[in-house]
Amino acid sequence: MSDARFQVGQRVRIADRTPPVHHRVPGYAKGQVGLIERVCGLHGEPEKFIRGDGKPEQRIYRVQIPQDELWDEYTGTSRDQLEIEIFEHWLESAE
Amino acid sequence: MTEHDHDHARTFQPDHAEPNSDGARIGLALRELLIEAGHYTAGAEQAVIAAMQAASPKDGGRIVAKAWTDPAYKARLLSNGADAIRELGYEIEPYEFTVMENDASTHNVIVCTLCSCYPRSLLGMSPAWYKSASYRARVVREPRSVLAEFGVELSDDIDVRVHDSTAELRYMVLPQQPEKTDGWSEEKLASLITRDSLIGTQRVLRTD
Repeated sequence: MSDARFQVGQRVRIADRTPPVHHRVPGYAKGQVGLIERVCGLHGEPEKFIRGDGKPEQRIYRVQIPQDELWDEYTGTSRDQLEIEIFEHWLESAE
Repeated sequence: MTEHDHDHARTFQPDHAEPNSDGARIGLALRELLIEAGHYTAGAEQAVIAAMQAASPKDGGRIVAKAWTDPAYKARLLSNGADAIRELGYEIEPYEFTVMENDASTHNVIVCTLCSCYPRSLLGMSPAWYKSASYRARVVREPRSVLAEFGVELSDDIDVRVHDSTAELRYMVLPQQPEKTDGWSEEKLASLITRDSLIGTQRVLRTD
């Protein structure tokens, strides 16, 4: 297994881009900043598949984003969290 | 026999609804072509459907009851859900299985906003509302309102964690063991667990 580029607790930004292929990042998460909640395994990422390049393995991370930073009119508490799986090539350090 | 001589019986699936949209017709046609071209067989597909239909929230209940009564098992379940579930003899798909524990100050709820990812190989088919656009769009944005509609009223001292199942992980909530059930058998505890409590749209399990 290749080494993980990010560690638990690290602050990361999710890329804000929309490749014209199937990808697994919903619009609401694009451009958001969160913390690495856990480092997951390597999985085939789908974006190259349509070009016939197979599904090269990529690290997945769970990213935790405070709900009140995601939504302008969030009515819950400041401790509520959204947690989402993101492939490594969508993340950059935001520290 | 006409020149159209392939065996429809080989690909026919009685549990598929009659297609009534272009998308559904294309889907069925693609499926038949894949089977005829030998990419997989109708029998293999039927076996997958049968396995998913045989799975049910009861299996999740058995896993939860084991975790409640065996702290070492619970620790394994929370750190590597897939291995701990296979330990009990379940065949599950090769996803990372992630078990999220509710406690007095945390409530977990699962959604897949992109489509409707659900741990079908363990819990069986997902409920219709889980696949609805309304649940998927709203539970990330206003989880407390959606949970209240399911009867889960959360005070502000309980934190909500919404898990969006967007890629290769699958999730199950580990609900809290109800009060006054210490010493119950695993079997009796397992009978308390509901499908919705494993998704997180139910918090308190009934014991009556």
